[in-house]
Amino acid sequence: MRYLPLTEGDRRAMLGTIGAASVDALFVDVPAAAVRTKPVDLPFHAGELSVERTLKAMASKNLVAGDVPFFIGAGAYRHHVPASVDYIIQRGEFLTAYTPYQPEIAQGTLQYLFEFQTQVALLTGMEVANASMYDGSTACVEAVVMANRVTKRTKALLSGGLHPHYKAIVETHGAYSDFTLDAAAADPDGLEDLASRIDADTACVVVQNPSVFGHIRDLTPLAAAAHAKGALLVVVVTEALSLGALMPPGAMGADIVVAEGQSIGNGLNFGGPYVGLFATREKYMRQMPGRLCGETVDADGKRGWVLTLSTREQHIRREKATSNICTNAGLCALAFTVHMSLLGETGLTQLAQLNHAKASQLVEKLKAVPGVRVLNESFFNEVTLVLPKNAATVVEALANKRILAGVPASRLWPDHADLAHHLLVAVTETVTDDDMDALVAGLKEVLA
Amino acid sequence: MSTVKSTVKFTADHEWVQITGNLARVGITQYAQEQLGDVVFVELPAVGATFAQGKEAAVVESVKAASDIYAPLSGTVAAVNDGLPDNPSLVNTDPQGDGWFFEITLSNPSELDGLMDETAYQAHTGA
Amino acid sequence: MTAQDRSQGRHSRDAVVELASVETTSGHRGLILEEPLIFELGQPGRLGVDLPDAPKAPNRLGALARRGGVGLPDLAEPQVVRHFTRLSQKNYGIDSGFFPLGSCTMKHNPRLNERMARLPGFADIHPLQPISTVQGALELIDTLAHWLKTLTGMPAVAMSPAAGAHGEFCGMVAIKAALAARGESHRTRVLVPESAHGTNPATAASIGFSVDPIPATAEGRVDLAAFKAKLGPDVAAIMLTNPNTCGLFERDIREIADAIHGAGGYFYCDGANFNAIVGRVRPADLGVDCMHINLHKTFSTPHGGGGPGSGPVVLSDALAAYAPLPWIVNRNGSFAVLEAAEAEAAHSFGRLKAFHGQMGMFVRALSYMLSHGADGLWQVASDAVLNANYILASLKEAFSAPFDGPCMHEVLFDDSFLKDTGVSTLDFAKALIDEGYHPMTMYFPLVVHGAMLIEPTETEDKATLDKFITVMRALAEKAKAGDAEAFHTAPRLTPRRRLDETLAARKPVLRWSPPKLAQAAE
Repeated sequence: MRYLPLTEGDRRAMLGTIGAASVDALFVDVPAAAVRTKPVDLPFHAGELSVERTLKAMASKNLVAGDVPFFIGAGAYRHHVPASVDYIIQRGEFLTAYTPYQPEIAQGTLQYLFEFQTQVALLTGMEVANASMYDGSTACVEAVVMANRVTKRTKALLSGGLHPHYKAIVETHGAYSDFTLDAAAADPDGLEDLASRIDADTACVVVQNPSVFGHIRDLTPLAAAAHAKGALLVVVVTEALSLGALMPPGAMGADIVVAEGQSIGNGLNFGGPYVGLFATREKYMRQMPGRLCGETVDADGKRGWVLTLSTREQHIRREKATSNICTNAGLCALAFTVHMSLLGETGLTQLAQLNHAKASQLVEKLKAVPGVRVLNESFFNEVTLVLPKNAATVVEALANKRILAGVPASRLWPDHADLAHHLLVAVTETVTDDDMDALVAGLKEVLA
Repeated sequence: MSTVKSTVKFTADHEWVQITGNLARVGITQYAQEQLGDVVFVELPAVGATFAQGKEAAVVESVKAASDIYAPLSGTVAAVNDGLPDNPSLVNTDPQGDGWFFEITLSNPSELDGLMDETAYQAHTGA
Repeated sequence: MTAQDRSQGRHSRDAVVELASVETTSGHRGLILEEPLIFELGQPGRLGVDLPDAPKAPNRLGALARRGGVGLPDLAEPQVVRHFTRLSQKNYGIDSGFFPLGSCTMKHNPRLNERMARLPGFADIHPLQPISTVQGALELIDTLAHWLKTLTGMPAVAMSPAAGAHGEFCGMVAIKAALAARGESHRTRVLVPESAHGTNPATAASIGFSVDPIPATAEGRVDLAAFKAKLGPDVAAIMLTNPNTCGLFERDIREIADAIHGAGGYFYCDGANFNAIVGRVRPADLGVDCMHINLHKTFSTPHGGGGPGSGPVVLSDALAAYAPLPWIVNRNGSFAVLEAAEAEAAHSFGRLKAFHGQMGMFVRALSYMLSHGADGLWQVASDAVLNANYILASLKEAFSAPFDGPCMHEVLFDDSFLKDTGVSTLDFAKALIDEGYHPMTMYFPLVVHGAMLIEPTETEDKATLDKFITVMRALAEKAKAGDAEAFHTAPRLTPRRRLDETLAARKPVLRWSPPKLAQAAE
């Protein structure tokens, strides 16, 4: 077995040193009834070639995004990831390292986390950021819990433009940890009025920008309304690249910004692992969940980095911790950091503009499809269409033609009959003119 | 270590209480600061806040430990050590002097009888 | 030809200097290369990506286009690659050397798993693609679920938790949901041994349970009598790690399970240490109701410097109905995904995470399991336990083991062997760094003084262990001989020496700021 270096001779010698007759004797504390005498009923070991065959057979049953015209977004976006990103994250010193609890031999991890925190703060327009969360959706609920802690209130007001999965997670936590929700109805037209629903019990207003339907909103008035009532504004961003083109939430008065960072440096991976971004104001720094990397000096006075403010965390605070979170998304954060470094100011701006222009180009092309209406006045790289037919049926028909046309709203809001004809369509730099023409032609055909 | 005055009482949670009339000044003991190590953060209650005896009133953190400061006696916070959050090392350098946390106006002075005197406290810490 | 050249590369005895005191003009020291922050390397006019021109199309950002820059540095690709390569060289990973970090299971991460996770059929598919286009991905998740259920003997598994602590949350919410369904929401007390990982009490508290600690016996196990005395009509569950954080199997586990069930509570098992028993003991046979499995420990998905993890939770029949969304169900050979509380998933407690879980980790874990097979996993547990006991047997004279063996997959020492030496567990760990090892886990579990928790894992050979044992004994001898100063100044051979954590916490600097901004702030 290729991963097990002990030889039979080694094992005998080691048992001799231990003074045990057999390895079984080392399991003496296991209750007799639970001791197995033979392996469980699963296949026995296999070589690389065999494992590759088995897994490739499964992989080949999936329709690969890169092989077809692809327009799916709704919280995960297909972007080109530069080759050097994957090279860097596969370096063993990054891949096989542990959480940097011994900073003298983990300066590499710590320095990129410090760079990551800085990039996230700059991108969101906030003052401080943590070293990443599991993903955007779990970062969102952590933001709500943090707002409860800061305001000592327990009601979260959720926008109808919030991704339904994100909303569902906040609902789960609310139901089991005793905070209440005021969730606005799904808002496909981007016209909801949240400000009037804020009251003296509201801990935070959670609003997504662009919304899950693609609308871009100026959140400045909402921030002012929240602050006037002593509530915090939590801004959720599920397409991190949009921050390269849009006014950052920090400039609109956000108190906490959480984002799905997958778009930058990370592939689709069927939903995970991704990387959650979490940023806030400096005054709330100690209320932030998750790991933080900070600057300091070593015994020789040289600049270096350590994990810091860890008294907020579970391994010290235990039942009084700000969160039960133990890990972050280290390697995905590294992919984000490397890709951001390659993009730089110029590349990020160009890439964001390119995404927007392509989406706008598709919106123009869709004018040629009879009966299709675009709901958005404004958007970044994703829009909501209203089709003359059931969107899920249309998507399935187009998938049969090897076109992945987008996400039917019914997939995210299964109980909303009024959204049955709505289709979310995303366009990134990976979409070609031919892809757009294929979608337009396919829609014409299926809708005819 | 400064001389502990006779008006000072102690709790089992390693807090000291200096009584002047109806006012109690609260901090942590020399022993407690040694156990904590370098104090890096202090969170104080709001003036005017009311606490029952034993309720969490403040927080003190070192690099590796976090500890709640419990109200040693019931009452209302009359003053806090404003300079402490910006200079938490005072808890290390002068825990029973400039490193005090807050002052409470007592609502139930009879609770004082439950606190330890210096001799009892030193026995408590094994000193 | 100069004098040095005639040496043919050999350095003379006189030239031997202490490495730690070498000063250079560049600041670099041979392969130890100083590296600025990425923000200090930028120069306008450079670009690390070449993008096509944007098509001409109307601008629909409205009035909300970003005004002013983000503040990122511009670099070309070679600079970026060198920057991060240099950073990597300041890190210690499993690939670099022995990493006996107790309770973290730092075993070899096979590269086959990386290759499999990057197959476009897994890496380049979207979680919201039509279900008909991702049948292979669902088959992979279902296959992994089958392996996890078979290895644990449990009837169900929730796949979506993103990490161990997230799995704990999942399991404890399932317990809360089951109690509510029984009309017993008054059960709010959770019993947690003092030796538990911090996530256990943090998780229980985060969903409104009160945490009641259970003391340990002098043998490092749950005090059965004390545990039983704490049972009552308000007890919801026990959260027990087995093997426990002292590296010991809880001998009374069946009795603990029976007692908690008898009292109407549930048995949450923290599966962080499943590596010790995988393939040899099924948690179902121990009376467990739910247990999270850290795929990044037992099943060798890489730790990646602190994530991503993955924490599937196996569930008993009593809890299975409450498992989180989505559910993947096999309907006559074709897979469906239930994303709302409907059909089989009608009693689900809801969603924990967007989409379906950590797919990339699932692929790696299954690749690892298929490689080992049932027989190989049996051997994994056997060799992990053998290696730990070999270290225990070899170090118990020079070190101080608080509990009698045999241990399971990890071995615990306390610091009593360092008494009166002036050397602490921390100092000892730092000295190990200079010897070229990643230190053991320090000061955890909290139940012994100055804990040193050593987990060798099954992927180390005997020669590596022997060398480590030699070094450990030599360091213990050095400490006992009174050379405390050498320990206090360790490490001396690392890119950075001990870092000032007090400064970092008192005056937190969590991000780089441009020089101008920094001045303005002062």
